[in-house]
Amino acid sequence: MSSDQFFGLYNYWIVVFLMMTGFYIVIARKNMIKTVIGLNIFQVSVVLLYITMGKVTGGTAPVIPPALAGQHDAHDQHDTHAAPSGHTPAANATAANETVDHGHADHVTELAHELAHELTHDATGDAIHGVTETAGVIYTNPLPSVLMLTAIVVGIATTAVALSLIVRISEDYGTIEEDEILQMDRRQ
Amino acid sequence: MIEYLDFHLPVLTIVVPLIAAPLCVLLGARTMAKLLSWVVCWITFGLSVWLVAKVSAVGKISYYLGGWEPPYGIEYAIDPLNAFLMTFISGMGAIVLMYSGPSLSDEVPQSKHYMFYALYLLCMTGLLGMCATGDLFNVFVFLEISSLSTYALISLGKTRRAPLAAFQYLIMGTIGATFLLIGIGLLYQMTGTLNMADIGVQLESYRTAGVVVDGVQGPPHWEGSRTMLVAFAFLTVGLCIKMAVFPLHTWLPNSYTYAPSVVTCFVAATATKVSVYAFIRIVFGIFTPTFAFELLPLDTALWSFSLVGIFVASIAAIYQTNIKRRLAYSSIAQIGYMLLGISMANQHGLTAGIVHMFNHALIKGGLFMAVGCFALRLGSVHLDDWRGAGKTMPWTSLAWATGGLGLIGVPVTCGFISKWLLLTAAMENELYPVAALMLVSSLLAVIYIWQVVEVLYFSPPSEKAKKATEAPLIMLVTTWVVVGATVVFGVWTTWSAGLAGDAARVLLGGGTP
Repeated sequence: MSSDQFFGLYNYWIVVFLMMTGFYIVIARKNMIKTVIGLNIFQVSVVLLYITMGKVTGGTAPVIPPALAGQHDAHDQHDTHAAPSGHTPAANATAANETVDHGHADHVTELAHELAHELTHDATGDAIHGVTETAGVIYTNPLPSVLMLTAIVVGIATTAVALSLIVRISEDYGTIEEDEILQMDRRQ
Repeated sequence: MIEYLDFHLPVLTIVVPLIAAPLCVLLGARTMAKLLSWVVCWITFGLSVWLVAKVSAVGKISYYLGGWEPPYGIEYAIDPLNAFLMTFISGMGAIVLMYSGPSLSDEVPQSKHYMFYALYLLCMTGLLGMCATGDLFNVFVFLEISSLSTYALISLGKTRRAPLAAFQYLIMGTIGATFLLIGIGLLYQMTGTLNMADIGVQLESYRTAGVVVDGVQGPPHWEGSRTMLVAFAFLTVGLCIKMAVFPLHTWLPNSYTYAPSVVTCFVAATATKVSVYAFIRIVFGIFTPTFAFELLPLDTALWSFSLVGIFVASIAAIYQTNIKRRLAYSSIAQIGYMLLGISMANQHGLTAGIVHMFNHALIKGGLFMAVGCFALRLGSVHLDDWRGAGKTMPWTSLAWATGGLGLIGVPVTCGFISKWLLLTAAMENELYPVAALMLVSSLLAVIYIWQVVEVLYFSPPSEKAKKATEAPLIMLVTTWVVVGATVVFGVWTTWSAGLAGDAARVLLGGGTP
């Protein structure tokens, strides 16, 4: 493995390092709070894995840039023929079709049009779904980030349940060291 | 109105209990929450029966959430197998809820009852969702919904060991679910889609035809890629933790033992089975049997772990004096039989695996319900306290004996059907040692079940058993409905074995039902 390959994959090294660290803490630590911390590190590594796979080189956040959005507003003020802002993409797409005839280059509506086109006509064939290059702007794939929002919520819920269980265990046993608890149970 | 309901049927079965769960918390009152959850459970059951009727009339249903077509949107794909499983889960949910009343009042403080109902509905939502969905990430989300509510349900147990058991399950369960998440991520990275059917198609074309890069057709990758292998490993291990396959089973005995009886009834009957279903879907639907069983030695791995698990868990069961723990170990052994069937990957084997999934769920549900009756009247689940209870609690004892016969696999009970199919499949594959070991392991089941029957009927009654009276009517009736079903499905197999056979044919790539 060349050094380029090694350093080029640095995200994945971080992911694997965090994953193994978290996993080791879960297995090795007997203190329950530390186990939960390990579990969190483990889950965060998966979040990083997803974000890494969604990243497209040179891509920006999948949000319409303010510059383009500004052009859109200006355009609306000038041209009464174009539809007002705040449309559905489909409506914008038809608006784009009309305005193109007039020779106006409306980037935002064009973008919407292309997106709609892609959704309807290009369902197959693309090796990497979600890479959208429109109006010279490359966007990263938003789907993994969205999935991770869900995974983070799940992680928070898990941590909350775990911590509340620890509170009850500590109330009942007076300790949160697993060894001591097992000993107490065995003595009974 | 009817058309509208009919169209949205797949999602309604899941959304109805999902919305009812927070309503239970908002209502806050015990009786109101109880009433609501009863009504919702039966409505859900009615909806899923309707769904089964619809599926058997029109075939596979594909429902697009929010109207977004797959692979962009989430698809709920209903076929006979998961429609039947959903009916089973919601039916079991409704019956156990009817059964729950007296047992719940005995084991859970009244102030926490509304929480129980909310969690119970959430758990059911998660399990139903895992069956219905055709989207891989959705499977993870529903798995976590059902798991999180199960952790909380287990921690409602009376003793201080209940929260500890729930915590241990939480750690194991979260690791399993996160493994699943890693596997899903890797598959997404390879195929760019989360729709299970679509992933299957993409992986298959990758393996048999190769990928087109810049307009040039690449070579086929018969052996799959390393990403595919790693994803497969993560998904398998993750689900094996959830299924409680032998070396990864450590969370199960404590959880089943210390949870309230009602929770054990429901969780033991449904949770691990839904994971088995998800496993079948992933292995046969996404990776195809060729990849899993011919290129990779999943069959050898599965049947060796299953057999070791069956023996170790059955022998462990014999030495348990806590009956709930005894049944928990027996559950681990029974999961082995299901995987044994699946590992054979032929028509008979897979049918046996699926049938045993249903049959064991009924048997174990019935047995745990009988245990709940004893726990209520005797105040104990220890073998010594059960001595001679056969005289004071004849109907409950008879329910235990009937369910136990099913677990052993005596003819006329449904346990016999699944063991028979499994044996046929083993013979067909010429796995004679496996067949022989299966028969021997059934003898172990005779020991751990019959020991209890003997104690119930032929021992001088203990102090507790002398004072005991028969269990409340509602608990007896519901227990007998489930135990009776094990006999009904042992005689009348059109639904269970017939349906499982059709499902197996479809999963193995044969004709549509």
